[in-house]
Amino acid sequence: MTTPTTPTTTDGDTHLTEDPSLTSEGGQELASRDIVSAVERMREKGAVLRIGEAEAAASAPAADYVPEDETMIINMGPQHPSTHGVLRIMMELQGETVLRAKPIVGYLHTGMEWTGEELTYLQGGTNVTRMDYASPLFSELAFSLTVEKLLDVEVPQRAVWIRMLMTEMNRISSHLLFMATNGMDLGAVSMMLYGWREREETLRFLEKVTGLRMNHNYIRPGGVAADLPDGWRDDVLRLLDMIPPRLDEYDTLLTGQPIWRERLQGVGVIDTETCMALGTTGPILRATGYAWDLRRDMPYLAYDQVDFDVVVGTYGDCFDRYAIRLNEIRESIGILYQVLDKMPKGDYRVQDKKVTPPPRARIDESMEALIHHFKIFTEGFKVPEGEAYCAVESPRGELGCYIVSDGSAHPYRMHIRGPSFVNLQTLPHLMHGGLIADAVAVISSVDPILGEVDR
Amino acid sequence: MSDTTDPVEPVPDPLPEMMHGVPVGWSHGQRVLHPSREQLTGLIKTLHDDGYHMCLDLTAVDYLTHPGRALPDGIEPERFEVVVTLLSHRERARLRLRVQVPGDELTVASLFDLHPGTEAMEREVFDMFGISFEGHPDLTRILMPEDWVGHPLRKDYDSGRIPVQFKGAPAGR
Repeated sequence: MTTPTTPTTTDGDTHLTEDPSLTSEGGQELASRDIVSAVERMREKGAVLRIGEAEAAASAPAADYVPEDETMIINMGPQHPSTHGVLRIMMELQGETVLRAKPIVGYLHTGMEWTGEELTYLQGGTNVTRMDYASPLFSELAFSLTVEKLLDVEVPQRAVWIRMLMTEMNRISSHLLFMATNGMDLGAVSMMLYGWREREETLRFLEKVTGLRMNHNYIRPGGVAADLPDGWRDDVLRLLDMIPPRLDEYDTLLTGQPIWRERLQGVGVIDTETCMALGTTGPILRATGYAWDLRRDMPYLAYDQVDFDVVVGTYGDCFDRYAIRLNEIRESIGILYQVLDKMPKGDYRVQDKKVTPPPRARIDESMEALIHHFKIFTEGFKVPEGEAYCAVESPRGELGCYIVSDGSAHPYRMHIRGPSFVNLQTLPHLMHGGLIADAVAVISSVDPILGEVDR
Repeated sequence: MSDTTDPVEPVPDPLPEMMHGVPVGWSHGQRVLHPSREQLTGLIKTLHDDGYHMCLDLTAVDYLTHPGRALPDGIEPERFEVVVTLLSHRERARLRLRVQVPGDELTVASLFDLHPGTEAMEREVFDMFGISFEGHPDLTRILMPEDWVGHPLRKDYDSGRIPVQFKGAPAGR
């Protein structure tokens, strides 16, 4: 148990006004109850507030008054099995009820946006792929789409469909990981083993195509790194045959099970309006009943040529978020069957000498190809001046990439809009008024990947 | 590759295009507004009424070493730019706002009142660039430690290196 020693927020403010370039001391932590403003105490209700301090102080009912000595502030994490890495949450508790919560992040911060400015556009994929390590191909895709927009190149159709194949496979593996960790967090440990088992099967396919289980650097500006290997169609079909019966097993194991439903239904409820205000996207928004999926609503790649449903919930609780992810796996399987049917023949990367290295065979016979190969891997390719933002629907929501180019071979600024980072702001709203045991279910159902939160 | 997400770029007009009294620029088919710092909150409110209900992203760029960028007429380039991305679900369109922030006056009005989701993003921009947001309820560092000095994503930030200890090198003790 910790209690902040000094009224940190006021300290930070005076510091700020003196010199904004200097850091403020303290204030990252949850402030103790007697020094927070009335607005902040009302915000703990979970509503999104747009009222002033005096109004809040006047309208706060006396029944809401909680004596200071009845509450306590505790830390959950950063080292905690259910915090998905290194998330730290400070919670103010009254008994076992969570009054306020504040996620504290940054433990995994490695300055990846800064690193992105150091690497060339060709190397950039190796950097962004390490952000959301459960669904790395989506970061690569957002990055590549943005670079291609700046370059104004059009990717061959086969590359487009390979990208769809790979990202949908990655969506399945990411959601299977969620199934595993969600089960583990709630005590359904056998679900953890099943989830990991099926995820490993999908990762095996990703490994066969890209060479790595994770952090693939497979989707690159201009296309993909390599064509699909021989026998890929059989591998995909084997997976598509294998996974649906396993999902039915999950249904038997979890969906209809009374203990599971008791743990999730009505826990961590959020409404559409709050989600909109907080910029929340992905399954959390869809669980509130709002059908918004970039693949359908603002299609990228060739998603306008495939048929699938956007899965929505009704209550916006943890159970809806679980059910949405489970059924999104089924939708992805449907998309994958269509991708198998429609996979065109052709080149897997654009044959634009500015962007793509020459084919391996050309290097042996042509001096120019060798020089070209050498130049593109040492200096990289130059991208015209400009700025662009492109986004894709990752398993966690809108994953956007904003790149400013100054005409050199390195991005001048590379920013990733990580859905986990934004979605994490729903935690205080979801946790308020719930039990501390439900807090674990809530963190799990938000499904944050801390690598993407902290970047 | 289909790209139905962005509106069609109109034929260049001799007169500068305006939207709610703010110059409009186009970048690769994406619409970009260039409000001043004073116009920002009012514009965000107007756009909210227009259906831009979600603030997807808020970030900043330090243009210290790249001052000569293309901007619409009448917009003076400054050292920093705060970049806001809004989304209209009804029109299925994104809109980007680029606000010039001079290097000697690093304050912008916070969007927290209208878009509470910018809370973490503004903290990140404050942390990485040192731009403070007036009216933000809790403007503290979010990614770097509380006692960190400097703002890492500024172009004049001395990034430095920690020497790598290779195998076989004499030990320090």
